[in-house]
Amino acid sequence: MENTNKKEVRLMKGNEALAEAAIRAGLHAYFGYPITPQSEILEYFEEQAPKRGFTVLQAESEVASINMIYGAAGAGARVMTSSSSPGVSLMQEGISYIATAELPCLIVNITRGGPGLGTIQPSQGDYFQSVKGGGHGDYKLFVLAPSSVQEMADFVFDAFRVSEKYRIPALILADGALGQMMEKLTLPEEGSLPHVTPEWGTTGKTKDRERNIITSLHIQPEKMEAINHHLQAKYKAIEEAEVRYEEYFMEDAEIVFVAFGLSARICQKAVDIVREKGIKAGLIRPITLFPFPKQIISETANRAVGFMVVEMNAGQMVEDVQLAVNGKCPVYFKGRMGGMIPTPEEIAVALEEKFIHHEEKV
Amino acid sequence: MEIPVLENLEVVYKKPETLTDTPFHYCPGCGHGVAHRVLMEVIDELGIQEETIGVAPVGCSVFAYHYMNIDMQQAAHGRASAAATGIKRVLPEKYVFSYQGDGDLAAIGTAETIHTVNRGENILMVFINNAIYGMTGGQMAPTSLCGQVTSTTPYGRDPAKIGFPLKITELIAQLPGAYFVARHAVHTPNAVRKLKKALRSAFEYQKLNKGTCFIEIVSNCPSGWKLSPLESQKWIEENMFPMYPLGDIKVPGKNITAPSTENN
Repeated sequence: MENTNKKEVRLMKGNEALAEAAIRAGLHAYFGYPITPQSEILEYFEEQAPKRGFTVLQAESEVASINMIYGAAGAGARVMTSSSSPGVSLMQEGISYIATAELPCLIVNITRGGPGLGTIQPSQGDYFQSVKGGGHGDYKLFVLAPSSVQEMADFVFDAFRVSEKYRIPALILADGALGQMMEKLTLPEEGSLPHVTPEWGTTGKTKDRERNIITSLHIQPEKMEAINHHLQAKYKAIEEAEVRYEEYFMEDAEIVFVAFGLSARICQKAVDIVREKGIKAGLIRPITLFPFPKQIISETANRAVGFMVVEMNAGQMVEDVQLAVNGKCPVYFKGRMGGMIPTPEEIAVALEEKFIHHEEKV
Repeated sequence: MEIPVLENLEVVYKKPETLTDTPFHYCPGCGHGVAHRVLMEVIDELGIQEETIGVAPVGCSVFAYHYMNIDMQQAAHGRASAAATGIKRVLPEKYVFSYQGDGDLAAIGTAETIHTVNRGENILMVFINNAIYGMTGGQMAPTSLCGQVTSTTPYGRDPAKIGFPLKITELIAQLPGAYFVARHAVHTPNAVRKLKKALRSAFEYQKLNKGTCFIEIVSNCPSGWKLSPLESQKWIEENMFPMYPLGDIKVPGKNITAPSTENN
């Protein structure tokens, strides 16, 4: 901790890298509640807060912490919370309010296997909850899916930047493995993300302005519809400007994996395995889950033999891939559930079964 | 017609700067209007309009920001004290208050209420207790009296089935984080004066960073109670006060007074 201002290479857990990055991104306040497998984030903040001058509070529940986020973000501060699947479910009402009141903030979901209390092992079962709203009403979050400890840190900066630019809550959707595993990373530079207290924040009504009101309530349907149009226009602007994805061996790919987060990393290895057998496979990794990189998938579908979507769930993002492919070629799915992680080998086998041996069988 | 001009008169009563010109949407005779006004008068007189942030959650007073000319946040049902905590933690130099009804503070938000006070958040919590859910049309509240007829207790509140009225103010007065706890009313000018004094003390205490100030206001709901405004004031005195007696419950520097055992 000698000099936090210079770039430094460290070996860290994903959860701790994310927390350290948030401090370097100029976090003002963190509110959270313990839940496995993300408790290190709260612990790291509690340990660092007195030394580095930010606010941290262990709330009585996830319901309380998301509403503390509402209050603090409404007061113009740069704030975040984190939890894991069941806890994020508890936050959904508050997230809907935050999205409607257009408060920037960062929510981190270190996903575990569900449904129900499920397991503490990693999962991607919260994709729908993250990108399709999750709570009530029509709203979106800016959703980033890291696939390494380096990205657990880097994406915090991107999340705050986009969140504050568009006044939209950002969500980092990682899984328990990314939170728990240790990797080498270069820590982002402190102070590289300036914060300006927004003029809409409830910081005290000065004489030179009207009172600021943070609300998600517009009882007249005409007004509420106008608010909805405004939100939808914002989401469209984000879809046009903030899509991020990564390609792996896509130059000549005929068979295309689509996977995010940890699954994408495993699929890279699966691409290597089948490439050695002469199968021209590649990978598109959505980095932003909303906005979803549908254009590259749609364009790729014009020339691809087919797609295989790999997720650690029962098949969620595959629906968005199908929408983007729009019937131009087959879309297959390979998933593991309940906290199980697929191996590169079983993914390679699944691909060969669908695209290579399948034709022989027919 | 010539309008007579009154000169050399002293202004003895006027609308505080901290209230907007928007007419209250509250039902005739409802205590919210008086409670709003007194609260805003105190902020006006203390000169802290620029330093005060209010939070009003779901309930009849969810539109408090239409009337209170200060920075305000509307909070989710039950979560006003959590939102207020968030505000106060990032703006510790400001005055922060929540303005919550009985359903909000003592039913759905009980956990937030208890833990906010237990942490001794340096905020003021104003608790409007009218023993009914006003906004949703007169359903039973946690503070509804035994035998009280509401739209969800059509045969009267039966404590054997649904429990006794929750005296949450006495409950939270037990917590070390509570600094000043009192119960007041707005049914008479005298009661309003006492409430105003307590609100003023609560804001002054907030600067001391000694803990949560909590003021319950026993109020009425003529529409929900199906009574005229005047009848409702009488009903307060005859039915509410025996269960919710007025006065200080916890005062700085003094040992906690025993919660009233009357009519328990």
